[in-house]
Amino acid sequence: MNLRKAFLAASVAALATFPAFAADPVKIGMITTLSGPAGYLGQDIRDGFMLAMEDGKLGGVPVELVVEDDGLKPGQGKQIAERFLGEEGIKLFTGIVFSNVAGATVPDIVDNDAFYVSPNAAPSNMAGKECNQNYFVVSWQNDSLHESAGQNATNLGYKKAFVLAPNYQAGKDAIAGFKRYFKGEIAGEIYTRLDQTDFAAELAQVRAAKPDVVFQFHPGGLGITFLRQYEQAGLMKEIPMVVAEPSMDGVTLAAVGDAAIGLNVTSHWNSDFDNAANKKFMEDWNKAYNRPVTYYASQGYDAALAYASALKATSGSLDDADAFRAALRKANFESVRGKFAFGTNQHPVQDWYALKVEKGEDGKPFLKTVGDILKDHGDAYAADCKM
Amino acid sequence: MTLFLEQMLNGVQFGVMLFLLAAGLTLIFGIMGVINLAHGSIYMIGAYAGTWVAAETGSFWLGIPAALAAAAISGVAIEFLVVRRLYQRDHLDQVLATFGLILIFNQTITILFGRQPLFVSMPALLDGSVELLPGLFYPIYRLAIIAVGLLVAVGLYLLINKTRIGMLVRAGSTNREMVRALGVDIRLLYTLVFGLGALLAGLAGFMAGPILAVQVGMGEQILITTFVVVVIGGVGSIRGAFFASLILGIVDTGLRAYLPGLLRQVMVGPEADALGAGISSMGIYLLMAIVLLIRPKGLFIRNS
Repeated sequence: MNLRKAFLAASVAALATFPAFAADPVKIGMITTLSGPAGYLGQDIRDGFMLAMEDGKLGGVPVELVVEDDGLKPGQGKQIAERFLGEEGIKLFTGIVFSNVAGATVPDIVDNDAFYVSPNAAPSNMAGKECNQNYFVVSWQNDSLHESAGQNATNLGYKKAFVLAPNYQAGKDAIAGFKRYFKGEIAGEIYTRLDQTDFAAELAQVRAAKPDVVFQFHPGGLGITFLRQYEQAGLMKEIPMVVAEPSMDGVTLAAVGDAAIGLNVTSHWNSDFDNAANKKFMEDWNKAYNRPVTYYASQGYDAALAYASALKATSGSLDDADAFRAALRKANFESVRGKFAFGTNQHPVQDWYALKVEKGEDGKPFLKTVGDILKDHGDAYAADCKM
Repeated sequence: MTLFLEQMLNGVQFGVMLFLLAAGLTLIFGIMGVINLAHGSIYMIGAYAGTWVAAETGSFWLGIPAALAAAAISGVAIEFLVVRRLYQRDHLDQVLATFGLILIFNQTITILFGRQPLFVSMPALLDGSVELLPGLFYPIYRLAIIAVGLLVAVGLYLLINKTRIGMLVRAGSTNREMVRALGVDIRLLYTLVFGLGALLAGLAGFMAGPILAVQVGMGEQILITTFVVVVIGGVGSIRGAFFASLILGIVDTGLRAYLPGLLRQVMVGPEADALGAGISSMGIYLLMAIVLLIRPKGLFIRNS
């Protein structure tokens, strides 16, 4: 027997005995966006999730996190889900950043009796008529982000708003959400492009319309571009801006710098929240990663805590799906945002806060929590959900 | 009226940015017959190298030579290591190889700088805005971009039309084989042209830093528009690329600025906004289709 054959025989023997171990870790499939300009969103969700896994365990149960990059392509997300469900036999899923990927992927997952806990995207259709008992959201329903911004603009006493968002579903939802809670008049409405690199034409129109306030939704790199050009056009001093958290996360702020000072942001979480869970999260984050924290990371962390609570209740057993679901629904964990509960459609019922970008003592701008906006806020679609 | 002038300036500024990218692309495409998808990656390399050096040294101005050098060196390296092997192959192989380069560069940048976009500071000299006409304030930085772009255009005009290298470039874009038959070292010429194109892309990338997001994949966003410029202007024509860039910049800006307003005269508000946004994002491609229909070789190339 030569060396190669010996090696083969040894590996076959090893493979054959391996599955005999009883305590195989519970596999959790994470499909998220790690490449391209939006790659940092998925990276933060992944790293936040892993931060909650102490010694590879969630709720005392050994888990194995399997991560794949969807490349922001719905088709790719669906393929990964099919492979995870089939070959890997995964029953617990999380991770998707974008609503279009979620729309193509999540129905497959829940239809195959697997669970999905969303750490970010929560499109309106899946919160209402197409809700599913295996689909949970720990972040927010998409509209609530912008409803809170609308309420913030109303609270701040603005009467005339100019609104801008990219011309796709989430952009339209953003403007609809803002209008639902903004009591004033809309001075103008512009739909931009998702691949736009120059906003000068739109900014000239904003200036000409002379609104009290501008609301814009441009996530990630788009938002950086928009804010830089807004400030360079001298508009930051003239017309205040309200945004929801996707347009001003920790990374955007680090990239934009002083140009963002004075910006009004609404959020369900902020790094300065004074509760035990958040203090631990922030301490662990700063110890583990040398980069700004974003709310995406906090949502990845909360998604892991949600799974941990259910795994703990069932001692890691997924055999009884009803018991696992019931345990998950209790939301028996300390969220980093403080108060948290699932509504009837298994989307969050939570508080929303006003933040403001201010200059810190170290000279760097930071997001400061300045007040409340909405209390125990659910979403507009829960009533359509018959579970 | 001032609003209209401001929008025209915006159009010219956008056009000038496109020109810096399109000039290199059209030369490479026209003279070597190579479709270089990695041109956007060189733009990204320029932006990252310049921004990083500017942040480390605290001087925006030191970022300029860094961006130019990094872009030119990577351009020459790409030509020498990869593209040189593709001249004789068909366009599909070129697209495949240069697409592969995009993936490699994006991943390398992710490993080196992380996935977070970089912070870019604006030099104090170029910060703020000036009053060009009563009531017309315009950011100084954008005026600087226009000035640099026009200077580059003049420089390229002189280089192409008044120098020996320019003569070879012109000859090469008309009849490659004849230039070679006359004993010109076409390989060296190719490397020079590739390096020059890369240099301009790096300059565009660095100048775009303070107004855009310096992030992985920033080149791909603008690459398609650049190809539209090259096609409209005519492959291989610098003059064509210049005018096509300006036309495209102004058309794109004009449509975004005025189309929704015009449609609102004849339609209900929200529908007009959505339709206007839709048509204005198609605008440049419609323009390309019309140009191709009337002058299949581009606006500035004579049909033979």
